[in-house]
Amino acid sequence: MKGRTLARHFRESLKSISRNGWMTFASVSAVTVTLLLVGVFVMIMMNLNKVADDLEKDVEIKVYVELTADEAAITKLEQDIKDTTGIEEVTYSPKGEELSKLVVDFGEDLRLFEQQNPLHDVFYAKATNPQETEKVAAKLDRLDNTFEVKYGEGKIEKLFSFLNTGRNVGLVLILALLFTAMFLISNTIRITIVARRRDIEIMKLVGATNWFIRIPFILEGMWLGILGAIIPITLVTVLYSNIYKLLEPKLESGNLFKLLEFSPFIYQVNALILLMGVLIGIWGSFMSVRKFLRV
Amino acid sequence: MIEMINVYKKYPNGIVAANGIDVKIEQGDFVYVVGPSGAGKTTFIKMMYREERPTSGDILINGINLATLKNSKVPLLRRQIGVVFQDFKLLPRLSVYENVAFALEVIEETPKVIRQKVMDVLELVGLKGKARMFPTELSGGEQQRVSIARSIVNRPKLVIADEPTGNLDPETSWEIMNIFKEINARGTTIIMATHNREIVNTIRHRVIAVEGGLITRDEYGGEYGYEG
Ligand SMILES: Nc1ncnc2c1ncn2[C@@H]1O[C@H](COP(=O)(O)OP(=O)(O)OP(=O)(O)O)[C@@H](O)[C@H]1O
Ligand SMILES: [Mg+2]
Repeated sequence: MKGRTLARHFRESLKSISRNGWMTFASVSAVTVTLLLVGVFVMIMMNLNKVADDLEKDVEIKVYVELTADEAAITKLEQDIKDTTGIEEVTYSPKGEELSKLVVDFGEDLRLFEQQNPLHDVFYAKATNPQETEKVAAKLDRLDNTFEVKYGEGKIEKLFSFLNTGRNVGLVLILALLFTAMFLISNTIRITIVARRRDIEIMKLVGATNWFIRIPFILEGMWLGILGAIIPITLVTVLYSNIYKLLEPKLESGNLFKLLEFSPFIYQVNALILLMGVLIGIWGSFMSVRKFLRV
Repeated sequence: MIEMINVYKKYPNGIVAANGIDVKIEQGDFVYVVGPSGAGKTTFIKMMYREERPTSGDILINGINLATLKNSKVPLLRRQIGVVFQDFKLLPRLSVYENVAFALEVIEETPKVIRQKVMDVLELVGLKGKARMFPTELSGGEQQRVSIARSIVNRPKLVIADEPTGNLDPETSWEIMNIFKEINARGTTIIMATHNREIVNTIRHRVIAVEGGLITRDEYGGEYGYEG
């Protein structure tokens, strides 16, 4: 295909967009509605996922050291913990420090115990993959000189299974939404192409090849996708920037979890919306025109 | 240049529209195809640009055998033949100019050549002043002239027309015939199916009569030969 023919196809696709009035409007509306749903949904899901990640990262394994362990044994235990596969970030907190924490939480009265500290020295460890906390904790329990290993058993499992269910449901919903979007948009585009079925027949009779007919339709689908992405991108951006401004200061103080940073997140979502619009538009046109090109 | 050898066409519904047609048409001929309704004229014509495929037999156009021509090559065949349709078959969303230009865009002509050729041919059919109008804004005769302009803009050696005057009043029909006469004078072969006895009897050319899917008469300078 020559360059001027490609230029012709571009011109033709733009002309078609403007001349097909209400058909363009119908397709663009369908794209807009679905992309808006997808955009908002992806925005929510990605943030919930971030929250879930933050919660998971908060899970700590607490290794209580035997009271009888001497300094050498403690050093060895620290090395052993660090050498355990699936472990990252090991911090040591001697019993003096542990008591200080309790004093902060429960009051000065506890200072009485400073002479005869009944607490254990503690190692705090995190599993590289928080979902494997239980397994890793069991490994740590088998090391020498550990008195007890705790990680909030029971609660953690529930949290993880809740988060996992949430993620899976989200994924299924996004896929279902995408599927519906594809279906809705390609159907709308098909209706507009059915209306031009006779045009396609005529073009063929005048000696146009299938690609000569197809390319302007595909380009038209691309424009429909781009036009349909404008409103969703604008709305999603405005929406997120407001939500971010509103919620972020409150979450900052709580410090348990945060929203995804406005940039680059919103640009990624926008790129996704645009890409999906273009792909769906092209795909919808391609599939619809295919049916009528059979000789 | 056109040769049909024992061509037989049976439609899926069992109707036999061509029942062993043998015919030869030389370059530059002007041929009327006549016959009663349902005789197989349109079928005869459609097989020449592969809108229909013969069930058996061979059709040779400029040495190309349409019976064995691959689907992917059909566009190349159609670019060598100008077809004028009874119902015009113009693209409704394109202007007169764009409809005619389409036949040249398909063969990837340069914009400059396209402009020149389209304006020339619109002048020939007397529609230069209506280049920017759309088909729905034209009369039947004008639409038919656009259809003719599109079929000849590419200067094909063969122009096929199925009842090009079928929907037109007598006066417009004569105008259309004048255009065909001019194209034929340039050496273009013209095959025209028609029910118009006056035209056939006045502008004398070769007449091929088809009845029941068979050629029953083939004479140079013949008469229409049917009532009505
Ligand atoms: N696509 C088709 N499918 C089935 N039968 C067809 C088809 N086209 C034509 N026929 C049948 O084939 C026969 C010949 O039809 P054709 O259109 O070639 O006649 P015609 O000579 O052009 O008639 P007219 O003068 O009315 O245009 C008719 O009996 C018609 O019903
Ligand atoms: Mg007919």
